[in-house]
Amino acid sequence: MARALGLAAVTALVAAPWILPPYHLTLLLPALGYSIALLGLNLLFGTTGLLSFGHALFVALGAYTAAVMTTHLGIKAFELVLAAAAGVAAVVAVPVGLLCVRYVKIYFGMLTLAFGMLFYSFLYKFYTLTGGDEGIRVGRPTLLGQAFEDLDKVAFLTGPFYYYALGLLGLAALGMHRIVTSPFGLCLRAVRENPDKAGSLAVGVRSYRLAAFVVAAVFGAVGGTLLAVPTGLADPLLAYWTHSGNLVFMLLLGGFEHFLGPLVGAVVFIFLQDQVMSLTPYWRFVFGVILAVVVIFFPRGLMGLLAPRARAA
Amino acid sequence: MTLLEAVDVRKRYGNVVALDGVTLAVAAGEFVSIIGPNGAGKTTLVNLLSGQSAPSSGAVRFKGRDVGGVGPVRLARLGMARAFQLVHVFPALTVGETIAVAVVSRLGRGRRWLAALAHDRAVWEEVAEVAEIFGLGGALGRPARTLPQGDKKLLDVASAFALRPELILLDEPTSGVSTADKHAIMEVLVGAARRVGVKAIVQVEHDMDIVFGYSDRIVALQQGRVLADGPPASILADESVLAAVVGRPPAGAGRVR
Repeated sequence: MARALGLAAVTALVAAPWILPPYHLTLLLPALGYSIALLGLNLLFGTTGLLSFGHALFVALGAYTAAVMTTHLGIKAFELVLAAAAGVAAVVAVPVGLLCVRYVKIYFGMLTLAFGMLFYSFLYKFYTLTGGDEGIRVGRPTLLGQAFEDLDKVAFLTGPFYYYALGLLGLAALGMHRIVTSPFGLCLRAVRENPDKAGSLAVGVRSYRLAAFVVAAVFGAVGGTLLAVPTGLADPLLAYWTHSGNLVFMLLLGGFEHFLGPLVGAVVFIFLQDQVMSLTPYWRFVFGVILAVVVIFFPRGLMGLLAPRARAA
Repeated sequence: MTLLEAVDVRKRYGNVVALDGVTLAVAAGEFVSIIGPNGAGKTTLVNLLSGQSAPSSGAVRFKGRDVGGVGPVRLARLGMARAFQLVHVFPALTVGETIAVAVVSRLGRGRRWLAALAHDRAVWEEVAEVAEIFGLGGALGRPARTLPQGDKKLLDVASAFALRPELILLDEPTSGVSTADKHAIMEVLVGAARRVGVKAIVQVEHDMDIVFGYSDRIVALQQGRVLADGPPASILADESVLAAVVGRPPAGAGRVR
């Protein structure tokens, strides 16, 4: 069942450029970026049992890395941008994680929220470095050495960049699948289920939580670089707490117990947001209602409806 | 050979003296029971012996190393495992996965974060072996939360045994288990210890039937001090100790292994 669903999702995403109009494709692009970020968030929440309200920090970090490299440093190769974003995220995640994983539950959530807002303030206030509220432009990157100069912006985004992002999501999903089905992943689940028992079985609870935090941050930053290219801008709102909240919303919507939950959550969220925003300026109100309905009636999210009892590894 | 020893350990909580100079040693090959009335300091002693907390003074040594307050992870790596009084399982993990956590941990596989655990034959062979010893071989794929209480207890202990410790600390191994099942569980435990290579067992136990039936040596605590330390026969022969610690002669007294 899970395999069939996965196959269907892959087929649909690969075929999308032939089926969907460009407008909808430009909506799918952020969904791909969010999917990668959510794979990371779900390693933290679904697998390790730590709910972060500051994951947007790393998404923003990825976006700003892309902005600084393409605009200020003139480095256009997207592979280098991705590597740098992953590296920067890991370097930031180690000290932040060391402080955060000493706490669990709401205290962990609040600390991650605090760090996210700290970064937001930094982006907002250090105008000379970060461009303040205007942010930094993100230039068009080269993909595998190709500049695609003959393509206009929409053609570039819905063509080569779409497939590049899709390929990256595929790699990220495969990588994450390996992580959650590895011995390391088993230990993370043990930590989630019962940290005391895990400790008594010689599983170093804090080290595992920290490792999950760092991996999640790297996925967040890679997702962030993908988000920044279509919008062409890295701005402080990427790190704002409501953005972290949206990430958690997407995860709950898709279902954190299922491996495909992040992907489903991201796609449905983006398209739903687009539809509801075009109908009413009170879209946040509508989303609040939807979130309440999901949490109360479908705590296992959309994937819980589609694939009952297939717990994410 | 002495595996575990406590030398004149004291533990104070504010003004309350929970342990007041306890000395004991556990040698390889021994099954030692710690008994005593409520408040005698049994739990405090187990917490000290298992590195959970550090003594206020005195020393706790395992294989000659000072292990006061080093925590369960370090101790488990040194070769001491502990099973808690209350059943500790990973509710959503299967029986096989639960035991695999211990095996992965012991083999140092936890750092392999891109390896496929499902294809790790060394891990799963050992999981199957331990599960079979504890009679859980038929339940490998069942989530721990769906097991009956007695099997949860067995799984809890089985995962501790899967660390292949040299010494295992059992905190009331038969608490919450029906009288009929108690002896069955103890038989499994003692048999498993032999097969897994556990050299010594230390247990805290209230059930005197179990204590006198299985121990090589009994350490009786009272008000934070060692009241008596000797084989079951000598404890049984001392009526003052019996009165203080047991309250009455045990029902199964004289039952010898």
